[in-house]
Amino acid sequence: MNHNHPVFTDNDPQSELVTLNLGPTHPATHGVFQNVLQLDGERIVSGVSTIGYIHRAFEKIAEHRPFYQITPLTDRLNYCSSPINNMGWHMTVEKLLNIQLPKRVDYLRVIVMELSRIADHIICNTIIGQDTGATTTFLYLFQFREHIYEIFEEVCGARLTTNIGRIGGFERDFNDIAFAKINKFLKEFPKALKEFENLLSRNRIFIDRTAGVAEVSKETALDYSWTGPLLRATGVDYDVRVSDPYSSYQDFDFEVPVGTSGDIYDRYLVRNEEMWQSVRIIEQALEKLKSEPKGIFHADVPEFYLPPKQEVYNNMEALIYHFKIVMGEIDAPKAEVYHAVEGGNGELGFYLINDGGRTPYRLHFRRPSFINYQMFAPMSEGMLLSDAIINMSSMNIIAGELDA
Amino acid sequence: MEETTLNNGIQAKLSDKFGEKISAVSEPYGLLTFVTTKDVIINVLSFLKNDLNFNFLTDITAVHYPEKEHGIAVVYHLHNMAERLRVRIKVFISEQNPTIPTATVVWKGANWMERETYDFFGIKFEGHPDLRRILNMDDLGVYPMLKQYPLEDPNRVDKKDEFFGR
Repeated sequence: MNHNHPVFTDNDPQSELVTLNLGPTHPATHGVFQNVLQLDGERIVSGVSTIGYIHRAFEKIAEHRPFYQITPLTDRLNYCSSPINNMGWHMTVEKLLNIQLPKRVDYLRVIVMELSRIADHIICNTIIGQDTGATTTFLYLFQFREHIYEIFEEVCGARLTTNIGRIGGFERDFNDIAFAKINKFLKEFPKALKEFENLLSRNRIFIDRTAGVAEVSKETALDYSWTGPLLRATGVDYDVRVSDPYSSYQDFDFEVPVGTSGDIYDRYLVRNEEMWQSVRIIEQALEKLKSEPKGIFHADVPEFYLPPKQEVYNNMEALIYHFKIVMGEIDAPKAEVYHAVEGGNGELGFYLINDGGRTPYRLHFRRPSFINYQMFAPMSEGMLLSDAIINMSSMNIIAGELDA
Repeated sequence: MEETTLNNGIQAKLSDKFGEKISAVSEPYGLLTFVTTKDVIINVLSFLKNDLNFNFLTDITAVHYPEKEHGIAVVYHLHNMAERLRVRIKVFISEQNPTIPTATVVWKGANWMERETYDFFGIKFEGHPDLRRILNMDDLGVYPMLKQYPLEDPNRVDKKDEFFGR
């Protein structure tokens, strides 16, 4: 089968096949991307993926922006879990500049990242439910995504594209309301997640629709460079948080769930278990925060961390640092650094080449959605159309991360 | 320290096998980085995958250095999941004739990574099964990540303030 160009059979009246244009704005694709499928009845004969509909040239723009202005670009990669992208970018720059963070900042970051991982997995798993016909579960668990966004709002003022944190820490400390909201979330969410699992995990219809569908072997997944829950569902216990700990993840006690067959049901189970583990991590982080000195929310790096505005107006030193940071007169080492974090969909990597100027010489994002998605079309061959749809939802392809 | 020893072991094995073809070995931020040439790149990748257990292709991308003689660097990141090691391989190729053998023969996942690199840098991956643009439109005509293309044309007239009532 020729994958190279989409084949439209519509103008051939003798053709047995039907061309279906799935996307670019199809409600079932949950994002802006197109698949031109050849259908024999309900079975897919071949498919060609076309992507790039929301390509915004982030890598080019990043070559013209100082480091701290690149954070809003990373927001718009996987916009379902922006804080992970933000933190990944901050940590890349901190690695380049050799900034050591206080433990309290690390733990605060872990809380924010795990909350956004939960938000990301909520979206994916409820949408698998939605696409298999279980709207109740979608509406039921989705409200907790709202609660997570309320926490982000309290921490940074924004909800979806958060631009959370700064290079060297956070822009402000978590306030009491934020902690209260986190505690409330930790109290209420496990009950809801349990109920969600009760509704779906042993549901006959759900299992029939997902188990054994789109099975992927370990070898194939590794060959296609899959990462994240998709890879773990095939049975490979690779998690960047464990294999390459960042932000003090080594201090936490959590497990990496793995599946066996890599089918949609396994992916669903892996994501669910990861939400439980995230809850565990947040609980541990809150516990650890109690023994850390209060009020520390950034590292002591005045050359890179913008001073508070009040200081800038009243303190000569702060004014100088403010000027130097904003005008880009800070020297950063000429070096190359690769830093990876475990995003919602897998290994989110930042490859930064710095030539000593105020902007990166080159910045490349290793975007898990982009790399995971290339297997979708070959995988769909021989699959029922309705199975391909839930396969796509279980891959959790986020258009922003796909197209960068 | 342990990681450094491991990296040295890899470096020694690579040098034994490929000799002069492995050059400019360094270890920025603990990540073993070296330069090789395009005639042996597939052998190097297969050797790393099959003999040194770098089973995972993390990423393929490119960098443009207009001032260098071989101005385009194709950069591969590999990962050894069992020993938790990463390695970065660079191949410098000429801007006039940017060709390099495809890595899809070693990892299928290289397919879209190479298409993306082709799309942005115009690097022809020889033997690639489907080398088309992936993110940009087909008739773009340029390879936008090359340094000679500015981010935005400073002489654009449609963005003048007067058109926006400013």
